[in-house]
Order: sequence, then structure tokens, then C-alpha cells
Amino acid sequence: MSVAGTPIKHDSAIGHVTGSAQYVDDIEPSVGQLHVAIGQASIAHGQIVSMDLSDVHSSEGVVDVLTFSDLPHATDIGPVFKGDPLLVDKTVEFMGQPVFVVAASSHRLARQAVLKAKINYEELSPQLDIAESIEQSFFVRPPHRMQRGDSARELEQSLHRIQGELHIGGQEHFYLEGQVAKARLEEEGGVTVWSSNQNPTETQHLLAHVLGIPMHRVNVIVRRMGGGFGGKETHATACAAFAALFAQRQHVSVSCRLSRRDDMVLTGKRHGFLNRYDVGFDNDGRITAIEYVLAGQCGNSPDLSDAIVDRAMFHCDNAYYLPNVTIDGLRCKTHTVSNTAFRGFGGPQGMMAMETVIDAIAFHLGKDALEVRRNNFYGETTRNVTPYHQTVNTFTVPLLFDQLEASSQYQSRRQAIREFNRENAVMKRGIAITPVKFGISFTVKHLNQAGALIHIYSDGSVQLNHGGTEMGQGLMVKVQQIVASELGMSLDRIAVMATRTDKVPNTSATAASSGTDLNGMAALKAAQTLKTRLVDYLLERHDVQADQITFENDRIIVSADKVQARAYTWPELADAAYRDRVQLSATGYYRTPKIHYDRQSAKGHPFFYYANGAAVSEVQIDTLTGETTILRSDLLQDVGRSINPAVDKGQVEGGFVQGAGWLTHEELCWDDKGRLTTDGPATYKIPAIGDMPHQFNVDLLKDSPNEEATVFHSKAVGEPPLMLAMSVFSAIRDAVASLANYSVFPPLNAPATPEEVLRVCTLVSQAAKSTPNQHE
Amino acid sequence: MIRFLLDQELIELTSVSPDLTVLDWLRIHRQRTGTKEGCGSGDCGACTVVLASVDETKGGQPQLSYQSINSCITFVGALHGKQLITVESLATDGELHPVQQCMVNEHGSQCGFCTPGFVMSLYALYQQDADTEILKTKVEQALGGNLCRCTGYRPIIQAAENALDIKESAKDQPELSAKESTTINKLVQINEEPASIVGFYQPDNLPAFATYLQNNPTARILAGGTDLALEVTQQMRDLPSIVSVNAVPELKSIQLRDNHIELGAAVTLNECMSVLQGRIPGSRELLLRFGSDQVRNQGTIGGNIGSASPIGDLPPLLIALHANITLQKGDDVRTLALEDHYLGYRQTTLQSGEFIRSVSIPLPAAESHFSVHKISKRTDDDISSVCLAVHLPMHNGVVNNARLAFGGMAATPVRAKDAEDRLNGTKFSQASVLQAQQAIAMELKPLSDARASAAYRLQVAQNLLQRVLLEVQSS
Repeated sequence: MSVAGTPIKHDSAIGHVTGSAQYVDDIEPSVGQLHVAIGQASIAHGQIVSMDLSDVHSSEGVVDVLTFSDLPHATDIGPVFKGDPLLVDKTVEFMGQPVFVVAASSHRLARQAVLKAKINYEELSPQLDIAESIEQSFFVRPPHRMQRGDSARELEQSLHRIQGELHIGGQEHFYLEGQVAKARLEEEGGVTVWSSNQNPTETQHLLAHVLGIPMHRVNVIVRRMGGGFGGKETHATACAAFAALFAQRQHVSVSCRLSRRDDMVLTGKRHGFLNRYDVGFDNDGRITAIEYVLAGQCGNSPDLSDAIVDRAMFHCDNAYYLPNVTIDGLRCKTHTVSNTAFRGFGGPQGMMAMETVIDAIAFHLGKDALEVRRNNFYGETTRNVTPYHQTVNTFTVPLLFDQLEASSQYQSRRQAIREFNRENAVMKRGIAITPVKFGISFTVKHLNQAGALIHIYSDGSVQLNHGGTEMGQGLMVKVQQIVASELGMSLDRIAVMATRTDKVPNTSATAASSGTDLNGMAALKAAQTLKTRLVDYLLERHDVQADQITFENDRIIVSADKVQARAYTWPELADAAYRDRVQLSATGYYRTPKIHYDRQSAKGHPFFYYANGAAVSEVQIDTLTGETTILRSDLLQDVGRSINPAVDKGQVEGGFVQGAGWLTHEELCWDDKGRLTTDGPATYKIPAIGDMPHQFNVDLLKDSPNEEATVFHSKAVGEPPLMLAMSVFSAIRDAVASLANYSVFPPLNAPATPEEVLRVCTLVSQAAKSTPNQHE
Repeated sequence: MIRFLLDQELIELTSVSPDLTVLDWLRIHRQRTGTKEGCGSGDCGACTVVLASVDETKGGQPQLSYQSINSCITFVGALHGKQLITVESLATDGELHPVQQCMVNEHGSQCGFCTPGFVMSLYALYQQDADTEILKTKVEQALGGNLCRCTGYRPIIQAAENALDIKESAKDQPELSAKESTTINKLVQINEEPASIVGFYQPDNLPAFATYLQNNPTARILAGGTDLALEVTQQMRDLPSIVSVNAVPELKSIQLRDNHIELGAAVTLNECMSVLQGRIPGSRELLLRFGSDQVRNQGTIGGNIGSASPIGDLPPLLIALHANITLQKGDDVRTLALEDHYLGYRQTTLQSGEFIRSVSIPLPAAESHFSVHKISKRTDDDISSVCLAVHLPMHNGVVNNARLAFGGMAATPVRAKDAEDRLNGTKFSQASVLQAQQAIAMELKPLSDARASAAYRLQVAQNLLQRVLLEVQSS
């Protein structure tokens, strides 16, 4: 059996459980090492009038203090567009924005010192409300439109037409390891930076500008992160820059680690959205035309928001054909921290709009939403073009629905729930099945490339390097399995190396679920190159054909016939090849084929393929308190031909629970001054162990190799399962709707906290009393 | 000197700050970095370590009792006389402990940062002296204070169950108990002298404690420290003088009387749970949702009362039962109703140099309805948006001396006295509940904050009375 396709344990599993796996803050400190803390603005919007840092300078342990005017070169670390000053010059744009930084002899002394600053501001009124930003066209980037057909005309002519809106809250990443970097000065003014970072090349690039040195003098190293989820794609750079700047000034190693509170206040989150829709449909609930306004709350700067709102637009069809469609995407500015990448990257917020529309249609017509969903699925040969004019490929949602409807006993449980609700006045249950179709590829085309570097040493041991980073998703073990399979080698012969910008250059962020697709393929190509060289070498030494040489079971077998087989061990072959001057190091390079997209006309084929999934969830709500319990969830995800089923299943389960947290009790709150009031785990509640569905059935779709030529015909799995949690949200809506005998569509916003559920329960109950019952 | 065992090594600390946390001592002073900092506030469990201490309460041989704690909010003084066990301690001669091996086998780690904490919480569970089947029902309880952002928990629960199966099949290993007796002997020896370093005093009798506090009224009382330590780790304050209740036997006493329970202020919340459950309806369910196992192992009833949080969790239950507290200053002792102790937001009648000595909790009246309701965003390890404890003594269905005690509805835990009046003297019915609900709207003025809005709190407070009615009707 090939090592690819088997549930191998995570390459660091033993390190994790024994505490020996090293994270950045675990690196042994060097002599004289300094620690950074960040001095923060205490207003959300305004001008700095004066700043007295004398007490900061004289605070115990303080060695150095940096303000904007001390920055030697580039001052802005915006990844795509400018707008993210490393330190405030004059204008404060969000509460907590870094104003100065301190280096002190300990983390604690640095944190104590920054509290002693005296800063005077001239306050301006902060813009905190996304609806007002829409009203005032207060944007960080211009609006963008996607269009196909004539939605305005078709809406006018549609048989049924409804409008609505949906508020969707943001989400704190809450990676367990906060942002952290450590910098060490090297010869010739260079720096080495250990960083908890999904995007080492971007950080290398920005550090070169900030420090005023070429990229070849900056080496960024990432062995592993304690979680990333998108939060370390662009927001890891600031810590790295502060550490490197102080290292350059003080000629010692410097660590910059954010406390949890600082991490939550200073770094971006998932975008909240305000989505509006106007949809026309026929008696079967089939959509004839739709217009969307998708408004993302970007915070104070562009960061990645252009692409994030684009991805929301790319996904507000989810799995459904929209024959006449206009999508306007708005990038709203608020005086809050700049929002950033988070698992799904805008996709979930777009899909939530679509699933809300489907539920609204179903209620309007008094149909089971499952039927409406089926009626709107993309077709195979017709009704198969997206709003951005890509013909849908690799679409397995109808198959997933068929299997899941049966395996979850959806129909009989739905009936039982209706019965339960008739008999129970206080507790109400709901059920929903929702699909996911998620486009795979970076929508910025040039990011779809990757490199790898493999060394075979003369003892037959191997080092594997590539540009992808490990944040817990199991990328390293999957790529290790790919290389082991190609070389017929045992896994333990291959050492997984830290990701370093001096090993593989010009890499893309490990993001967009693309880690394995890109880096696995690059590593496969490097392995193929080495294999070809070794085969050529063996052909010189043995009178055989190439197809008589096999790499398997950790041996290389050269066989003219079975009797005269010659088996090499890896140490034998590597040593022999080395002595005969065969090059045992190779790079591999991959770029995704077939993709193209013209943003100007919003037309093209931005996605190589789609990742699909479906989920059924059943919930119970308490109509006296609004508390929700997830009674059961059944998930089915199409991961293509899985490279590691255990890792993939872990992504599906974990993504779902994270998504359920986003849509239920993870709530970000700001006060009217712009202060984040949910700035720690005491007030911001990610799912705990009791929040897992009471019954949790998770499966991977069987026998479904990716039709496209991905690595071993696998499919991406990092982000898509998060959106399976939409089934929980729709099920809550279904439960609330029982209060009015399913005749009123519950205007539920996300997150569906107990307070939000109770609010909507109250609304729906009142509506039931004031309007005659439609369905009885 | 503070003396404790790190694994089997005797550690003696003389010149550390009294507010140095166990986590910082491990990571910074010892470079023992397996234990992670996730939040620094005791809310995520990444820093979980296990303390073993000698337990002589079970009769017969002294045993080791193993408890998980959050090392990020525990000061080093709390280690005195105990054995500190960290994630690095578990594997022996390269062989993983069953909880570690099962976590590996079940793919229970992804990013791995929370994993050491989970391993230690599982280890504490594994080491508990109880039947495997009972321990299996405690998995969620043991792990409720450990957050994982990657796995969704399913494989960790599976790992826990598998590890407990291994424990069952490997019972009574003699070499293990031999190792434990060595540890017990060492700990008994260490405990012969009380802990003392500059700024940290841990007296071993009540008069010494009372005198010290009277003479040093600015010393901060360490009674668990799960709240106090946040001043150090979150507000960056230094605490130069700490006096600990931990070794004062009088403050740890538990007395069960015919119609009331008397608890010393230093009784931990987990000890409270084992005393109150079965005696006060709903107390177990409430305490299971009080922080996490790590917090309940450290936090004390006196600390919970003394921190004077508007929420409190235990105070509503205690006030509904008309609990009294006894305060002591020097030799002076006074007793008052708990509800009268609270004066305003985080303000109490406690005087300088005074401390809470004990709590006296009357049991619910024989003919009565008693229940507790906690509402929060998240079920595990969350602070209530609203908590209601209700005591309705009833004679022939007619309520008298009703007590409705709320948390989260005012600046302090409060009674809804007007609402109580509406219930008193009448049958408990939909009509009287409606009256009481209206009274609540008039007399309680909750705040809006990150946990809930004022309107929600009020609506839920009213609805909870409806829940009580449904409970009474169905019983």
C-alpha cells in the first residue's frame, strides 16, 4: 500500500504531546535578549497633539523606545495597498493602534513600561457602524460589480419577489499561540527572524523595506504555528518588524510576543458583513433573478479586503445557478482594527447571504428548503455558468445531498421534529441541510505557484523543504507522504524541515486551502526529478529497461528478470550515486494550470476546481432564554482522493466546530468609543468541549478522485468545511420558525447568540399573533 | 523558603517575587517550555499543570491527590509542599504515558499548542482514584477549561476514553505505588516547615493568619487567586505582599449540621461541589459550570464572595438560601447575612485587616422549591449574563418567605424583593408569576455589556420565573 492515502499521524504529534515541539517563544533566549511591548492609542479616531514618553524611558528595564520619527526606512507594512503604518505618525485610526514600541529586559517590564506614556489627542468622532459607512460611501477601496444577464428587468417580471438583509458578525481567530517573532542580527546588516507566520516571503519582503536592506539579507523561518486560520497571513509582520528594528538598533536578539489581550485588540479579524438581497423566483422556488449588495466591514485600512470582498462575491451563488445576477461588493471603512484573512476569506459571508435567500424563498412558498435547494443546484450541461462566467466543474453537491439525506434520515427526522414542536411549548427543534461549493485557487493569479527543494544525503536520508507553512493543518505530513510515495521510501527517512525563505524563495502565503495542492505538487516534481536522475544512473550500471526499476518498500529494485533482481537500500544507492557524481538535490516548481480572470470585466475561470461538502444539523432552542444546543450534525465532505484521511477528517471536524462558533456564540462587541469590549477569552467565547454536537457523524465522500489533475487527485480541505456550519444557523432559523407554525421567516442575524435567538423568537411569536396563520 | 518537588527534584526558592507565576517560573526561570501561555488569564487551559499533594483525609494510608491548575494564574507560593508535574514529566524512558499515546493515536493534536494543557488535564483525570466508568463520565468536566481551536474536540474525547480503558487494564501496578510512596515521604518532610519568602506568607493556623492580616492590612489575601492573579497578568500590577489562606486548617473546615452547612472560606469550589451536591438541588449543575476544573481546584468560596463580582455565581445561590458569613479581624468576629455584605460594585463591608472566615448555608426548607438557573453565551467556562437562584418555601401551595436572588442584574448580587412580595402569601401560579415578572421590570435595572444587553437580561430574568413555574407544575 502506498503511504499516500493512509491515516499517518501528524509529523509533530509526539512533539505536541510531550511538549518538545518548539514554538517561537520556546526558543532559548540569547544573552542580553530584549523584549518588545507596544504602546497603544487610547482613542479610535483623532490626532496626536503631544506625547510624553519620559516615564516610559525611565521605567525599569527599558533599553530603547521607538516612535514613528525613529523609523529608518519604509513606515507602512500594507501587504497589497498602503495604509498600515507600523506606528502612528499623527492620525489615529483605531483604538489600540500602535503609537510607540518599547524594548526592555523582560516581557513583563516592557508591558509595564508602555502603560506609563502620556499622550494627548484631539479626538474626532469615530465611524463604527457599517450601515453608516454604506450610507456615506466611506470605503477603503472602490466598489466592484459582477454581472450576468439582466437582473433588473427579470426582477420586475418575476412571479415572486422578496427583499431582505442579513447582518453577519466578524470572528476573532483565537489561534492558541498569539503573534510572536524573534529577530537576530546577522553579518552585513542582515537579520534572521523566527516568526509564527503563514506568509514568510511577504514578511521578508516588507522587512527588507522597513530595514532598508535587500531581501537576500532577510531570512524568515517558520517551523510551526500554534494555529493561524488566516490571522498570520499579513498580521504577523508587525511583530517581526518591531523585533528586527530593535535588533538592528541594539545589536542583540529581540523577541516580540503579544499578550492575548493585545493580540485581540491589535490584530485583524474576520470581516463582519451587511448583506442585502432582492430576489425573484418562480413557484418551484427557482431563482430567476437576484441582486446583491455585499458590504464587508474592512476596518481602517485595505489590507486584503479587496480580495476578501471579491471572494464573498464569488461565493454568494454557493451551489446554485443564478440566471440573472448583479452583485455589488462594498469595502466599508470603520475606525476599528483592519480586518484580514480568516478561513474562508469572505466566502462564508457570501454563502450565508445565499443560504439566507434560499431559506427565505422556502418560507415564502411554504416548501421544505431542501427541495428549494435542489431546484436551484447548478446543472451539469445547462444552468452551469457562475456569475463570473466560469463553467462549473467538479461539482459533486447533488451526489452529496443524495447520500446525506439518506444517511442522516433527514425526512423522518424532520417529521419527528415537527411532532416534537407541536408537543413542546418551550423547547423547539429545527433541522437543515446546506451545501458548500468553494472555489479553489488564489483569485490573484500570480499567487498560484510554489517551490520545493529536496536533498538526498549520501546516507540515504532526505530533507524536504517547500514554501508551505505548518499551522496544524497537517501540510507537512501530507507533503512528506507525497514524496515518500513517489520515491517508494519509508516516511521516517524524510525529515520535514522548517519553512525558510533562504531555502525556497518567492513563495505564496499558506492560505486559500492551497497548501497541499501547490506545495505537494512542487515537492512531487522535485522528487520526480531526483527519481529520474537515479533511474538514469541505474540504467548506466545495469542492463535493464527503465520500467524494470521500481522504487517501493524503501528499496530500489533493479530487475531484468525475477531471478537476477538487485535490490538497493537507500543508503547503498545514495552513496553509490554520490560517488558517481549524480546530483542528489533538486528543486520542484508548480503553477496551477487553466486559471485566468479579468477583474475589469469580472469574467474568467478563476478557480481550478471546486471543493464540495454538505451537512445536516439538528438543534434545540430554549425559547425562554434563547440558548441553543446542537443535537446532531452529519457532515459529508468531498476531499477527492485523500492523501491522509485522518488529517482531512480533522480539518472537516475542526472547521465545522469553528464555523459553528462563528455563527452562534462568538460575538465581537465594541463600545460607542470604539473600544473592543470582547478583548479576552473571558468575554469572547470560542467553542469549548461541550459545544460539540451531541451526536457528530463525519464522513469523507468515497471513490471521488478529483477530475482535475491535482496532486494524487486530492481536493483542498482547509477552508471549505467551516461553511458546513451554515446548517446549524439554518436549523436555528427552522426552530424559531416553529413558533409561528413556519409562516414567518425569522430575521435571524449572525451570530445567533442566546440574545439574538430570543430577540427573533419574540419577533416571530408577535408576528404569529398579529397575522392569520397561512399554513393551517 | 518555598519548597516543592518538580518531578522528583527538590526545589527551594528563596529570592523570587511573591507574584511570580508558576508558568513564568517554568518557562523563564527553568526554560521548561512545554507548558504554554495561551491567554494568561486562566481561560484557555494551555498552561495546565498538575499538582500532587498528600491527602490524608481518606483514612488508612496517605494518598496522593492530583489536581489540574492553570499555571498562568498560580503564584509559586502555591507550590509549597506539593509536587509539580508538567507535560515533560509524563513520558518515561522514551515511552509515552497512555494519555499521550492515545492523543497521538487518535490524531488529537493539530497545531499542538493547546495539547500540553489537554494532556495534563487528562493526566489529572487518569490519576483520579475512581472507577473507570465513573471517570469516563467526567471527561467533559475535566476538559471543559481547555480550549482547542483546531480539532473540534472529538478526537480528544476519543483519546480520553481510550486512555481510561488502558488504565482499567493496567490496574494496581506495584512499581507505581512504590514511586508514589517515595513522593509522599518527600512531601511530608517538606511540609514540616511553612512557606515563607519576602512578601509571601502562608501561616498554618488561624490566630497567626488573623494577627498577620491585622498588622499588615495592605497584604493581599490569596484565597485561590484565580481573580487576584489577573491584576498581575492582565493589569501588570505588582503584588509585593501576599498572605495565603491555603495552609490554615480552620479555614478549610467543612461541617455538616442538621439544617445547615458550615464551610471555611478556603474550601475550594470543587470541594464545595462535593459537599453541596445532593443537599442543595441544582448546586452540582451550577458548580460544574463555575469556571473550569482548573479554576474550581484553586478557587475558594471565600474568594468568590470576597471578589464581590456583580455576577458571582455562588452568591445568588447562597443569598437565596439566606446564608450568613462570619468575618474576623484580629480576635473580633462578626456575622451578617451575605446579602448585607454587598454595598455596591465591588464594594463590601469588609474592613481593613478583616477577612471572611466562614459561610453558613441553611439547607432548603423541607416543603419548598429550590432551583438555580445560569444563562451564559457558552455553556462551559463562561460567566453568567443572568443567574437566578430561587427558594420558595410552600405550605399547601402557598408561598411564604420567597427568596429570588439574581446575579448579573445589578452592581451586586441582589434579591428582587418586590417580586418576592408578589409571590408571598399566594399560591404559586401563572397569575402570581406575572405579577412578580412585572415587579422585576420595575425594581431591577441591569447594565448592557459584552455579555448581554440590559433588555435581554431583564427579559430572561422574567422568563426564568416562568421556567420556575413550569418546574413546580411538573414536579
